[in-house]
Amino acid sequence: MTAGALTLERITRRFGEHTAVDDVSLDVPAGQLLALIGASGSGKTTTLRMTAGYETPDSGRVLLDGRDITTLPPQRRDFGMVFQHYALFPHMPVEDNVAFGLEARGVSRAKRLDRARSALASVGLANAGPRSIQSLSGGEQQRVALARALVIEPRVLLMDEPLSNLDPILRQSTRDELRSMLHRVGVPALFVTHDQEDAFAIADRIALIRSGKLLQVGAPEDLHDRPASMGVAQFIGRATIVPAEYLGDDRVAVTVGGVRRELASTSPGGKPASSPHVVLRPDALDIAGDDSGAWRGKVVNRRFTGGSAVYRIQAAGDVILEVNSQRMDLREGDNAGVTVKREPVPVVSGDES
Amino acid sequence: MRDTRRSWLLALPVLALLFWTVAFPNIAVVFGSFENGLGHWREFIASPTDREALRTSLVISVASVIASLLIGVPLAFLLSRFEFPGRRVLRIVATLPAALPPLVGVIAFLFLFSESGVFTRAVQRTFGMAEAPWRLTGVWAIVFVHAYTMYVYVFLFVSAGLERFDSTLDEAASGLGASGWQRLRRVTLPLLTPALAGSMLLVFMTSLGSFSAPYVFGGGIRVLSTQIVASKLNGAMGLAYVETTVLAMSAVAALILFRWLERKRKYASSGKGAATRRILRSGRAQFAAGLLSAVLVIMLVMPHLMVVLVSFAVDGVWTTQVLPPAYTLDNYRRLVSEASLWKPIMNSVSMALIATAANVVVCFVAAYLIVLRRFTGRRMLELLVALPWAIPATAIALGLAATFDRNDLVSGRVLLVGTFWILPLAYFIRGIPLVATAVESSLRQLDPALEDAARGLGASWWLTMKRVILPAARPGLIAGALLAAITAVGEFVASVVLYTHANRPISIEILAQLRALAFGTAAAYSVLLIVLVLILTFTARSLEERMA
Repeated sequence: MTAGALTLERITRRFGEHTAVDDVSLDVPAGQLLALIGASGSGKTTTLRMTAGYETPDSGRVLLDGRDITTLPPQRRDFGMVFQHYALFPHMPVEDNVAFGLEARGVSRAKRLDRARSALASVGLANAGPRSIQSLSGGEQQRVALARALVIEPRVLLMDEPLSNLDPILRQSTRDELRSMLHRVGVPALFVTHDQEDAFAIADRIALIRSGKLLQVGAPEDLHDRPASMGVAQFIGRATIVPAEYLGDDRVAVTVGGVRRELASTSPGGKPASSPHVVLRPDALDIAGDDSGAWRGKVVNRRFTGGSAVYRIQAAGDVILEVNSQRMDLREGDNAGVTVKREPVPVVSGDES
Repeated sequence: MRDTRRSWLLALPVLALLFWTVAFPNIAVVFGSFENGLGHWREFIASPTDREALRTSLVISVASVIASLLIGVPLAFLLSRFEFPGRRVLRIVATLPAALPPLVGVIAFLFLFSESGVFTRAVQRTFGMAEAPWRLTGVWAIVFVHAYTMYVYVFLFVSAGLERFDSTLDEAASGLGASGWQRLRRVTLPLLTPALAGSMLLVFMTSLGSFSAPYVFGGGIRVLSTQIVASKLNGAMGLAYVETTVLAMSAVAALILFRWLERKRKYASSGKGAATRRILRSGRAQFAAGLLSAVLVIMLVMPHLMVVLVSFAVDGVWTTQVLPPAYTLDNYRRLVSEASLWKPIMNSVSMALIATAANVVVCFVAAYLIVLRRFTGRRMLELLVALPWAIPATAIALGLAATFDRNDLVSGRVLLVGTFWILPLAYFIRGIPLVATAVESSLRQLDPALEDAARGLGASWWLTMKRVILPAARPGLIAGALLAAITAVGEFVASVVLYTHANRPISIEILAQLRALAFGTAAAYSVLLIVLVLILTFTARSLEERMA
C-alpha cells in the first residue's frame, strides 16, 4: 500500500451560475483524518466527489503523492469510498458486496471471498458473509460499506456522512471505532459531515467550508478556541458573540448591560481587527458569586446537562449569554451575575459576514 | 467527457432504429395525406361518413371512460375499504377481463349476448318472447364490451391509489369534524386524482384506437379505426392517410390533456400509515356484499366459461338452441393435426417471440440511457419510446404499410409489406413503450450511488452493467417482456391491416373461422390464446422468482 498525501489544489466547480466549490485547497498527509464540515449545500459533497473523480473540477488540480489525478476516472483511482447511504448492492449478499472491488480487479472467486471474509472480520462481522443486505441493521451496513472500501487496500479513504444514518447511541461507539480503524489503515482519509461533534470526535484536522469557500483548516481546538473569522465562530460550538473594544497587546474590553470588563484575548490576526468581537463560549463563562464586576442579567432558561447546568441569561440590551456552570441552584427568573472563568477569549472581526 | 461519448455511441443506433421504425412511418402518413395538396383533406371533410366516424369514435371513447369509471371506482372502493365474505375471490376475478385478448373478449360477448347468444336466448325462452329482446350492435354494444374489458384499468389504478392511501389522513379529517362525504370530496378524491386521470387516459386511448369491438359489433356504425381499414381496402390510400392522421392527432391531444390534468394534481405522499379495511359487521350488510360479489364473480367469469364451453361445440350444429347441442374434442384435435389450422399458432408464437426479444434488447438500452445517462438527445429518445403508446395501433399499422412497401434505400424504405417480417415489426413497435416503461421504472429505483460505488471500486463499464445495472433492470425487463409478449401473441388490430396468408396470426384465423360460422374452432383458438397467456405469465413469474 503506497501511502502518499492527498492534495487538492485550488479546485473550483461551477453549476451554471452557482459556484459550488470556490478555490478550495486542502492537504491530507497519509494517516491523517481530515473532516470537511459545513452546512448542507456548502459544497462539501461536491468537493468529495471531485476528490473521488465523479466530478471534474472546472479549474484546479487533485494530486496524489504529487501526481496529478484530476481527470483520472474513479475506477482507476483505487480510492475507497463510503457513501452516505452506503450504496451497498441490494441484490448481492454481504460477502459479494465486499468482494466486488476485488472482482473488478480480476481476483479469483475463492481468493476474493477469502479476503472479503477477513475484511468483514476486521469490522466485527465475521459471520455476516452470506447474509442479505436487507437483513443488516444500519450500523452493520455502515461497517460492511467500510469493509468494502478497505478490502481493495485503497490509497485514499473517502466517506460521505458516514455516521448520519446511525442512531445516537450507535453513533457514539462507532466514532471511536472508526477513528482507531482509520489510523490503522494509514492512508489519507477525508470525510464529509455536517455534524461537528462527529468531526471533533474522529478527525485529526477539520476544514470548515461555507458557500463553497474554505473558511479555516486546523485542529479541532484551533477552530474552537482560535476561530479565524466570525463565520467560523458562529458555526463551531456554541457561543455568544459580543462587540468589543481592542485595547492592543491582546487585551479587550467587553461591555454588557453597562458593565465593562477587561479580558485577555487571542491576537486578532496580526493587525487589530476592524469591528472586533469576542466569542464567549458557555464553558468559558460562569455564574458569579457576589463579584461586583460581573455582567448582570436574568435567567430566562435553564437546562440540566448532567454534571452542570446551562443557563441562558438575558442582560440589558438584547444580549443573551449562555453559561455552563456547576451551580445548579438558579431558576428561571432569578437574577444572576456572569463572569469569565477561562481566558484568553477569542476575538474575531465583525466586518466579514 | 468520456461518459457522454459512450452514451452517444450507444444512443446513436437506438435513436436511428427508433426514428426509422417509429417516427418515420408516422411522418410518411402525414406527408401522404398531403400528397395532392389539400385534396385528400377536402375529401375527408366533405365525406359525411368520415365526419360521422370521427364523432362516433369520440362519443364511444367518452362513454367508455364514463362506464369504466362507474364500474371500476365503486368496485375498487368496495374491495379496498371493506372486508366481507367472498372479497378475495372477487379481488382475483376482477382483473380477469384484462387477461382476455381483446378479440377473444369480443367473441365471448358475441356468444353470450348477441341475438343468438346464450344469455339472450335464455331470456327470450324464459319470458316466451317471439324475438330476441335486444341486438348486440351499435354504439352501446361497443361501449358495453369496452366497459367490461377496460374498467379493469380504472379498478387497478384506483385500487393501487387506495392501497397507498394513508388512512391516518382520513382519521385526521374525521378528527377535524369532516363528514364522510366531505372526507371523500376533500381528501380522498383529490389524492386519487392522479390515479383517476391515469386510468381515464388509458381507457380513452384504448377506446379511441379500439378496433375489434367496432369491427365485430359495428353493424352500420363507423369509427375512425374501421374507416381507415375500409379506405385502405378500397385502395383510397390518400383518404386513409388523412383518417390516420386525424385519429393519431385526437389521441395525442387526449394524451396532452390528461397529462396536464395529472400533473396539475400530483402529491407526494408522506405515506407512513397504511390503508385499513373496515369489516362489515351487520348480517344484512354482509349478506348484501356477499351476494353482490357472487353475482359479480359469475358475470366476470361467464365470458371465459362461455369461450371454453363453445370450444367443445360441434361446428355448424348450434343454430337456435340456447346452448350448443353437441360437444366434441374434435376442435382441439384439428388445431393440432391440420396443417392449415396449426400454422397460425406457430406464426403467432414465433412472431411474438421475435418481437419481444427485440423489445428486450432495444428497450433495455433505451431505458438505461433515459434513466441513467445525461446526453443531448435524451428527450428525443424519451419521445420516440413513448410515441407508439400515443398512436393507435391502426395508425401504426397504416404507417408501416405506407413506409415499408417498396425497396428504396435513398428514402430509407425497405420492402416488408407482404413478407413475414412486417408483423414482427408491428408487434415490436407496439411493445416498445410497454417494455421501456417497465425497465425505466425498475431503473429509477436503482440508487444512482450504486453505479458510482461500483466505479469507485474499480469496476469497468461492462462489469458495472453486468453486476449492478442489469440485475436492477431485471424485474422490469421480465414484466415488460411478459406484457409485450401477451399483447403480441393475441394482436389483432395491426395484424388485420398487415397480415398475409402465409403469416396470418391466431386472431386473424379466429375471425376467419367466425365468418365461416365455425364457432367451435374459433373458440378453441381463443382458449388456446388464453392458455398461451397463462403459460407466458407463469413462465415470467417463475423466472422472476428464480432470479430474485
